[in-house]
Amino acid sequence: MSNHSHAIVAHKHPSDFVGAKIGMWLFLFTEVLLFGGLFILYGVYRTKYPQEFHTAAVELNTFIGAINTLFLLTSSLTVVLAIESLQRGKRKLSITFLIITILFGIGFMINKYFEWSAKIHHGIYPGSPELLKHSGGEIVFFNLYYTMTGLHGLHVLVGMVILSFMLYFIARKPVRTEHISFEALENIRGKSRLSVIADNGNELGVVSDIDDKVEFIDVRLTYEPVPEKTDPRNLIKLENSGLYWHLIDIIWIFLFPLFYLIT
Amino acid sequence: MASHAIVGAEENYLEVKGRHSGIFAWIFSTDHKRIGILYLISISVFFLAAITIGIFMRLEQLTMGPTLMQPHTYNQLFTLHGVIMIFLFIIPGIMATFGNFILPIHIGAKDVAFPRLNLLSWWLYLAGAVLALFAILSKNGMADTGWTFYVPYSVRTGTNVVLAVMAAFVLGFSSILTGLNFITTVHQMRAPGMTWFRMSLFVWGLYATGWIQVLATPVVGITLLLVMLERVFHIGVFDPGMGGDPILYQHLFWIYSHPAVYLMVLPGMGVVSEIIPTFARRTIFGYKLIAYSSLAIALVGSLVWGHHMFVSGQSYTASVVFSLLTFFVAIPTAIKVFNWVATLYKGSIVLEVPMLYALAFLFHFMIGGFTGLMLGTLSVDVHLHDTYFVVGHFHYTMFGGTGFALFGALYYWLPKMSGKMFKKKLAVAAFILQIIGFNMMYFTMMIIGYQGMPRRYFDHLPKFHTGHVVITVGSWILVTGLLMMIGNVVWAVFKGERVGNNPWGGTTLEWQISSPPPPENFDEIPEIDHGPYDHNVEVSK
Repeated sequence: MSNHSHAIVAHKHPSDFVGAKIGMWLFLFTEVLLFGGLFILYGVYRTKYPQEFHTAAVELNTFIGAINTLFLLTSSLTVVLAIESLQRGKRKLSITFLIITILFGIGFMINKYFEWSAKIHHGIYPGSPELLKHSGGEIVFFNLYYTMTGLHGLHVLVGMVILSFMLYFIARKPVRTEHISFEALENIRGKSRLSVIADNGNELGVVSDIDDKVEFIDVRLTYEPVPEKTDPRNLIKLENSGLYWHLIDIIWIFLFPLFYLIT
Repeated sequence: MASHAIVGAEENYLEVKGRHSGIFAWIFSTDHKRIGILYLISISVFFLAAITIGIFMRLEQLTMGPTLMQPHTYNQLFTLHGVIMIFLFIIPGIMATFGNFILPIHIGAKDVAFPRLNLLSWWLYLAGAVLALFAILSKNGMADTGWTFYVPYSVRTGTNVVLAVMAAFVLGFSSILTGLNFITTVHQMRAPGMTWFRMSLFVWGLYATGWIQVLATPVVGITLLLVMLERVFHIGVFDPGMGGDPILYQHLFWIYSHPAVYLMVLPGMGVVSEIIPTFARRTIFGYKLIAYSSLAIALVGSLVWGHHMFVSGQSYTASVVFSLLTFFVAIPTAIKVFNWVATLYKGSIVLEVPMLYALAFLFHFMIGGFTGLMLGTLSVDVHLHDTYFVVGHFHYTMFGGTGFALFGALYYWLPKMSGKMFKKKLAVAAFILQIIGFNMMYFTMMIIGYQGMPRRYFDHLPKFHTGHVVITVGSWILVTGLLMMIGNVVWAVFKGERVGNNPWGGTTLEWQISSPPPPENFDEIPEIDHGPYDHNVEVSK
């Protein structure tokens, strides 16, 4: 009973990008407040135990911390470059930058792994007998250290998963199906043909004989990776993923001095 | 914006066929109206569960000494009662049910900004409920800490706190997504001409609520996560033995949970702002002040959490500041009440069932509000802290206020949602029973609380016995009224008489489309050129 037709047309912006951005920013607020609770705890305990925090922070490896800072900062740059590349229709370049970003993320996690296992090897982990020998303030320091960097590491992992999905979306052949439904068809019913015309005026496809039996028409749109014709939905998704990645970066920028550099 | 979509004249959102059929056409639907109904059914089920628990608690208090249950079971029951009522009933309450159904229609939109996210919220809600169920069924049993999960007890108790806290965490996430969705919807989806000050006050209430959900919920999320970490990994940031401070837990908990009580009541105030102008047959008095006061409550309400901790040993200066700020919240709240009363003045009042509930809301909320001021006063609070007075106070605001607003909303929008009318006389009878039962219960609680009856005790001293008997008898009357109401609504949905599109003579947009609404709400996106409560504008009957 239905009639399918395939044609290639230039895109029109299909949905509300401002809305998607607002939604993402609101979500970032919630993330900031989630970490905000922990930063409040840090602030209170640091005021309460300034000397112990100082002593405990000496035991953290500033070099690994600095390397990780470098990794995350650079990955923030590469994710921006990935967005810019996609905006200019350079799909392959965008994919390259995304892969580099994810590699930096993996590097960060590997560093973190060695850092944590060194600590755990020395018997410093939550609830360990070795840690409990320390003073209250130092225990709090390490408990907060594990909680905050752990939660942050979890976010890095999630960010990498999101970026991997984006990699898949962008690498995939960009196709979208435009659904012309029953209601919209009412206006053109009975006319002999519906032609699909691109921005430059070329006729790209023709649907003929739209009689009463046609219930809907699906038009498949294939985007060519040239500047004007990137799937705009991928772009907004990538921008939002980029925002998330920057947030992870910003949180680290606060964690690094608070835990590593305060000695 | 105006599309030429023509919707089949007779088809409505209940009948429309989508990709799925049967129950899947509902639980996989992204239509905001269907999601609203899903929430309505879910919260009703949990409401019934929680009042059943409440009834058992009251039965235990009918006599002295352990009769029905042991103290431990009683502790688990009040925890469960609180967790269900707060996280599964009243927080999603009006916001996710009527908010979902009405918000897009009120602003002239076809759906919310993120329909699939909206469905995800409901699924997360369900996942949270399942986690809570697992906590009950697990070997160690439901947590016995009270819904506040205070450390150090929540870390030491042998009951299953981790699952209960996890449930609250997931439910919080669901609530955040709803808030985020509604804020974006209000910003982006308003119809042409629907300026901010032509929005209905219900939408204003939901908008303010959305902000509280987005900004406050993550804080309780991290706090509950820390309780989990402390139990599982011994990360004792609240454990004094490890240099931690348990009072900080209370601070972090109430930073969310106090704004949360405004999150519970603001949508209820929105409902009252809808019902009163409709049945007073005149435009609302002080529209802008009511709109702004919602935002003011959201803002000031975020800075008063310390009034839960006057006896916790927090600094005296902090207590004074928190007490003062608490009094400030009364100002925007009073602005609303005065405006509602001024709307009634010289109105042509029609005492239909929703209006009765709106008036009951005013009455109960006044009592709840004034007792709130008493509790916000430092010296008085020392005497009343952790007594039945507090229990009575918050039931007056949450149940007598928000609960009754929710029931009013249910009666008000039922003809729109289902196209059917309930039995009005039965509804009035149920209302009278509810009012009597409710006030017998909670006013008596405040009296014996003032005399010193502590909350959360499974037993009581002989001098409180008469009071407890009155409360328990009141609970029977109240539950009878509630069951009559639920029966009436269910009857109406299946067997009720069909009514027209605008049975109440409302002026907002939902009354100008058919009942039940068509799948996409509007055949053509309306152009708005006047405010929401203008009774002089011709309204289609």
